[in-house]
Amino acid sequence: MDILYKVFVEPFVFMGEAPDLLLQTLWEGLVSGVLYALIALGFVLIFKASGVFNFAQGIMVVFAALILVGLYEKGIPALLALVLAALAMLVLAMAVERVVLRPLVNQPDIILFMATFGLTYFLIGFGELIFGGNPREMITDALFLPQGTTEIGMLGGSIRLQHLDIAAAVIASLMIGLLAVFFSKTRIGRALRAVADSHKAALSVGISLNQIWVIVWFAAGLVALVAGIMWGARSGVSFSLQIIALKALPVLILGGFTSIPGAIIGGLIIGVGEKLGEFYWGPLVGGGIETWLAYVIALLFLLYRPQGLFGEKIIERI
Amino acid sequence: MFYREAGQFKTTYVSDSAIFPLRQDRIGLGFIIAAAYALAFLGSDFLLQAVMIPFLVFSLAAIGLNILTGYTGLLSLGTGAFMGVGAYACYKLMTAFPGVNVIVWIFVSGFFSAAVGALFGLPSLRIKGFYLAVATLAAQFFLQWCFIRIPWLVNYNVSGALDAPLRTLFGTPIMGPNATSQTRYLLVLTIVILLTWIASNLVHGRIGRMWIAIRDMDLAAELMGIRPLQTKLLAFAVSSYYCGVAGALLVFLWYGGAEYDVFNINQSFFILFMVIIGGLGSLIGSFFGAALIFIMPIVLGMALPALMSPFGLSVGSDTIEHLRFMITGALIIFFLIVEPHGLARLWQIGKQKLLVWPFPY
Repeated sequence: MDILYKVFVEPFVFMGEAPDLLLQTLWEGLVSGVLYALIALGFVLIFKASGVFNFAQGIMVVFAALILVGLYEKGIPALLALVLAALAMLVLAMAVERVVLRPLVNQPDIILFMATFGLTYFLIGFGELIFGGNPREMITDALFLPQGTTEIGMLGGSIRLQHLDIAAAVIASLMIGLLAVFFSKTRIGRALRAVADSHKAALSVGISLNQIWVIVWFAAGLVALVAGIMWGARSGVSFSLQIIALKALPVLILGGFTSIPGAIIGGLIIGVGEKLGEFYWGPLVGGGIETWLAYVIALLFLLYRPQGLFGEKIIERI
Repeated sequence: MFYREAGQFKTTYVSDSAIFPLRQDRIGLGFIIAAAYALAFLGSDFLLQAVMIPFLVFSLAAIGLNILTGYTGLLSLGTGAFMGVGAYACYKLMTAFPGVNVIVWIFVSGFFSAAVGALFGLPSLRIKGFYLAVATLAAQFFLQWCFIRIPWLVNYNVSGALDAPLRTLFGTPIMGPNATSQTRYLLVLTIVILLTWIASNLVHGRIGRMWIAIRDMDLAAELMGIRPLQTKLLAFAVSSYYCGVAGALLVFLWYGGAEYDVFNINQSFFILFMVIIGGLGSLIGSFFGAALIFIMPIVLGMALPALMSPFGLSVGSDTIEHLRFMITGALIIFFLIVEPHGLARLWQIGKQKLLVWPFPY
């Protein structure tokens, strides 16, 4: 009975007693949720347009951030470095399309998935060869990202808001909004949606698949760059960041692989669930449950709804 | 010239469906096994300890994953964790029952891994492909967390690490600090040969046909009367059994002691790469893949400094490590594009060419 009390009653009593702590936890969960969503968005973009589950998205985040920081350390002004990093992602997109995707066209999805594993390992080795494996500081000041904290007193306590977190949430939301507009209003966006619906139909109305893939991988690269800056500012730029990208997988499961709103809502659910779980239930089992809680949430959710919140219903299931 | 089918008549169905229908193949296999045993007495300590033992252990793990991914078509990213379950189970068993011979516990520990694997394979009825890969990632992270957080698993050892106690077989130490690499190599070799033989019989028999049917078209397999859940769970269990035994061998007969970190996600990935490069759905491919992925960095580490030194360039060990990652990644993409069936297919092509040599047709 004691254990039931500790699991089902005590955390809620604690929440009620210290609402400021609850609010603080919720806020932190929401911020990391937005950032998870940002990484998941990169996955969704590529999956939607080419059916490739891009495992390399995580390393692309690290890679983009590393290029930015590496160029800045070489003495290039921050904003120019930002542009150059974006250009590097374009080069990467073109290379991936030429070297990996084009020869593997029409192969089963799982083969393409494994090819992105190869890409991941190649990029890890390449990145470390060029930039070294040491962790670096993100150039927060040079990119005009705000720092510092604000304390707001409410509910009998106070809540600390990191300015960086606010900026991250705003920039991520802007990015998502821009992508949504890009997808629904522009000519290229319509072409992308056509490709997502059917490769064959898109080809037959004269949409170049190869071009679309480059654009999509470039868009995913830009998303990775933004995610890299934000995550990098929070926890430094190092190759361990790619673990965070693995966190984006449960987000995708929750939201559905093909849905942008799904990625956002899934990200928020995972972010908040993870922080609440870690803060209130984590101590019962010794803490550190953040590493797997997201997966377990996603797994339980899968059993109930295999296609995710907003995913397409046509999932293979046997 | 000497590799011919001519004159070898098959007069029974059994001989027709043999795994090695050619006499030369059987002789060749016997020769390879004999050579492997002879290596124990001829090879140096370095060769046995740093090359052969890990190669065999990784081959066993690759066979395990190949059963799941290659034969049954279920992608798993949790291999490292399942290996860990085997290692921790073996440690608990042999410290709890020190009287029983440790070889028994090595084999028994696989069953714990099999049970855990089957448990995490349960979602495979409803989901597959990428979704299942994420489910196995859940296993990877959850089990790794268990290895760190449950001190009972390492008998409340303050360092939190597994260490191989002294265990003997016929009075010879086979485990622990006193065991020579020769005895350990012989033990690993024997276990790997035995388990490979069992795996070969499994995948060529009724169960293997069921797995392949599920892989090739699960709907049709179900219509033919193969029950998908049981078949998939069996694949998960057998695969995890092999991985568990490999994990126990890895810790106690190779490293002699290890921390939870050995069973991290990179281990899972590397074994997956061995399977991809070696050849999905091929036992011999598992050996080829393990050889390539494991021995390549060793060769690279020795060859590259030697190649670069005439130009006055020195190559650090970290550069080699980075190059290893790059080459591994590039090889995976290369193999997926050029030869999706991996090294095993090249082997097969070579044998076919040899059969008709010197005439191309």
